[in-house]
Amino acid sequence: MADSSGIIRQTAAETAAQIAAGDVSAVEVAEAHLARIDAVDEKVHAFLHVDREGALARARAVDAKRERGEKLGPLAGVPLALKDIFTTEGVPTTAGSKMLQGWVPPYDATVTRRLKEADVVILGKTNMDEFAMGSSTENSAYGHTGNPWDLTRIPGGSGGGSSAAITAHMAALAIGTDTGGSIRQPASVTGTVGVKPTYGGVSRYGMIAFSSSLDQGGPCARTVLDAALLHEVLAGHDPMDSTSIDAPVPPVVEAARNGSVAGMRVGVVKEFRGEGYQTGVMQRFDEAVELLRELGAEVVEVSCPSFDKALAAYYLIAPAEVSSNLARYDGLRYGLRTGDDGTHSAEEVTSLTRAAGFGPEVKRRIMLGTYALSSGYYDAYYGSAQKVRTLITRDFERAYEQVDVLVSPTTPTTAFPIGERVDDPMAMYLADLCTIPSNLAGNAAMSLPCGLAPEDGLPVGLQIIAPAMADDRLYRVGAAVEAAFTDRWGHPLLEEAPAL
Amino acid sequence: MTVTYEDALATYEPVLGLEVHVELGTATKMFCGCATALGAGANTQTCPVCLGLPGALPVVNETGVESAVKIGLALNCEIAEWCRFARKNYFYPDMPKNFQTSQYDEPIAYDGYLDIEVDGEVFRVEIERAHMEEDTGKSTHVGGATGRIHGASHSLLDYNRAGIPLIEIVTKPITGAGAKAPEVAKAYVAELRELIKALGVSEARMEQGQMRCDVNLSLMPAGATVFGTRSETKNVNSLRSVERAVRSEVVRHAEVLDGGGKIVQETRHFHEDTGTTTSGRTKEEAEDYRYFPEPDLVPVAPARDWVEKLRAGLPELPRLRRNRLREEWGVSAHDMQSILNAGAIGPIVATMDAGADATAARKWWMGELARRANEDGVELAALAITPEQVARVAALVAEGKLNDKLARQVITGVLDGEGAPDEVVDKRGLAIVKDEGALGAAVDEAIAANPAIADKVRGGKVQAAGALVGAVMKATRGQADAARARELIMEKLGVAD
Repeated sequence: MADSSGIIRQTAAETAAQIAAGDVSAVEVAEAHLARIDAVDEKVHAFLHVDREGALARARAVDAKRERGEKLGPLAGVPLALKDIFTTEGVPTTAGSKMLQGWVPPYDATVTRRLKEADVVILGKTNMDEFAMGSSTENSAYGHTGNPWDLTRIPGGSGGGSSAAITAHMAALAIGTDTGGSIRQPASVTGTVGVKPTYGGVSRYGMIAFSSSLDQGGPCARTVLDAALLHEVLAGHDPMDSTSIDAPVPPVVEAARNGSVAGMRVGVVKEFRGEGYQTGVMQRFDEAVELLRELGAEVVEVSCPSFDKALAAYYLIAPAEVSSNLARYDGLRYGLRTGDDGTHSAEEVTSLTRAAGFGPEVKRRIMLGTYALSSGYYDAYYGSAQKVRTLITRDFERAYEQVDVLVSPTTPTTAFPIGERVDDPMAMYLADLCTIPSNLAGNAAMSLPCGLAPEDGLPVGLQIIAPAMADDRLYRVGAAVEAAFTDRWGHPLLEEAPAL
Repeated sequence: MTVTYEDALATYEPVLGLEVHVELGTATKMFCGCATALGAGANTQTCPVCLGLPGALPVVNETGVESAVKIGLALNCEIAEWCRFARKNYFYPDMPKNFQTSQYDEPIAYDGYLDIEVDGEVFRVEIERAHMEEDTGKSTHVGGATGRIHGASHSLLDYNRAGIPLIEIVTKPITGAGAKAPEVAKAYVAELRELIKALGVSEARMEQGQMRCDVNLSLMPAGATVFGTRSETKNVNSLRSVERAVRSEVVRHAEVLDGGGKIVQETRHFHEDTGTTTSGRTKEEAEDYRYFPEPDLVPVAPARDWVEKLRAGLPELPRLRRNRLREEWGVSAHDMQSILNAGAIGPIVATMDAGADATAARKWWMGELARRANEDGVELAALAITPEQVARVAALVAEGKLNDKLARQVITGVLDGEGAPDEVVDKRGLAIVKDEGALGAAVDEAIAANPAIADKVRGGKVQAAGALVGAVMKATRGQADAARARELIMEKLGVAD
């Protein structure tokens, strides 16, 4: 058996190649990661459910396939942590909510199915803010997740379980969902790579809805190439999702293998700076911009004047859709049911169930959204927010007339301490200031590490934003930046993380 | 204060509005691939999508959109170049997502009309819109006395119907109907039903809930232009009930208004047994549906050349077809209206196509079969007899092998599942007795058994022969050819008829 501490630290691409070559078995790889989960997840709490049997069965199937001489996919046998927002047939799915405690879906999400078809080994389901509402994973009904860089700090959210799992080497890959930054912000604060594909690039079928017009699933990885390999497995048209794009997937893997920014025009968004931005974050960001220039990019400053209204528009549109999407949780058909003791009417049972099953942030957004859609308020709130959304899309379009990609810090600060913002929703919402515009416009964006902030030694993320359906540009730029930084640092940033 | 319908119409002008829901006859549901067949076991035609399970997403049924466009075109509507679905948000246990995917301010079809005929006069009903939506599941309340939720111990939910495509067709306010408002309402629904059936997009069987009607009614003083407050009577589900509901609401509104009262804007329930309505939910209690564009579905943009292709393929409109048939069949406008109301046009045409003449086809469908349909509470088309079988019965009568009385028994046999007409004739032994020997013997017996009557006939009272014919028919269990029996009786008694 290969050295297990080596296996868990490899990239997904390396592990897949070794399995394909027969240098290591998929079962050994799965066992090494399950052992790592056993060793550290008590401290980190990245997983809500570990599917040991399912993972080993899948790994055995991969080994059998290889032994039969069948061709293996580029990620066959690679262990992955799946955000608990994707349905998994026969495996509990909670979306981080008490409302779905004990629910075992009868069907697989398209993402789940594609992973299985690609022979990726799903280790289990990861912790998240309830229904993906939050930026710290503290809104999970099942307890918070620690950031492996500093367990007293948040791992980002909503996909904190996924980012923590790959940061702590419990999985080589993970899947997240990004409605306002829930892939990118966790990647940023854990020093990993996270991509929000173009809206419609990855099927939402079986991805439990938070805000339908903003939600987008995507890859989380420790390298740009691994993210691209996973992106390619996930992406592509799905007839089960009408908003899924029926066009070829952009050549993301090819781009990740050929990183370059030479001759590219890179825009720095003027509005993403100033009050609320941590000094060390801006310092590392400015260094990254300088690096891009050194690598041959033409850097220009662009203005997106409507971006300062993005947060306000987001907190009307997302809650409005939440108020409708979460109406189905009524205690009648599945999940939690409270008060069904013969003394309450069906309506009362629904009311009691919702009172008991939803956490405070979810309730806050349901109420906000219900109000925003109410007769007499619709135009002022939801209607205006949609107009702002159009303005933001136009800002992007104008920017893309001048540049190929935009860059910004992913999030204004490094990982904040657990508990610091739980009672201050506005402070929590500010974590997504730089990521939200891409969700509103539906374009593609990536976060990758650009160093540690000098003042706290915590990871800082660089955000790259590309036009819709130009996801490959993220990988081309990201791979170039990653290679240059790794050269400069002498090793990948994650090697500086504590061993746990 | 008691007001008659005539009193009411002397003072007020009724304003009608009709909202009709039509369940489309698509093979699969509006947003998923589940089957739509009626009669399947509870919750057997469901999937994650129509059960609204977490994560499931809708995909639009193209045939559903095509049917909606056809209906819109047949109603002379504009077809939207671009329109969206919208979510109608409210909680109800038979609605799995607790919102209904519908259309709101962007219907697929709008601004049309439907010409109807009432007592031979054409009346134009303007159409506001026709939009697409999904049906809800079905609740069955158990343990109460009334089958209503009140007093029930528990409710059963069947989601087979959830997600079946519906088209809601809404009229503009209908004015100028005057005293004929009930007839106009009924004729509109009947005409719409014919149209839907002619388009082949639904069987539109009201008794099976494939077509459901809400009746809006208000009164304004005769000559006024400002509409009064309306009531909305929900789920009026037969043509007769539509007419009765309008009549009942006209009288109720007039009583309230004459008494100095105000009409409350509310929904009302129609009761088949009494023909009256009772109060439902008032406007103050009405839900705020918080409509917003359905983010899970892309807009529907029917291509213009496709719309034109559908327009070119529309069938002959029922009213025009009916006028043509009326002339061909030689029936009055009134009779044609009865045929229409009975849903008999299609069956009659099909029976004629199978070889029967117009008179015979009409006679059976509007006579014996209409009676049976009424008795069983089903529409004609739902009876367990095919037009071909009716044509065969008519042919047997024309050939003299059956008389009307026997033919009715044959029809009963077919309806009761005893087989095709010829099988029923054989099994029940219903053929007319043609055996002259047997008939002659029966005639001899009848004369011998009724000497007094025989004498009367011999004496010239030929009408008395009817009693002897009756005796022969009785002796042959109705299977004798009555005309031939009469001939033989006269012959044997030596009387010229």
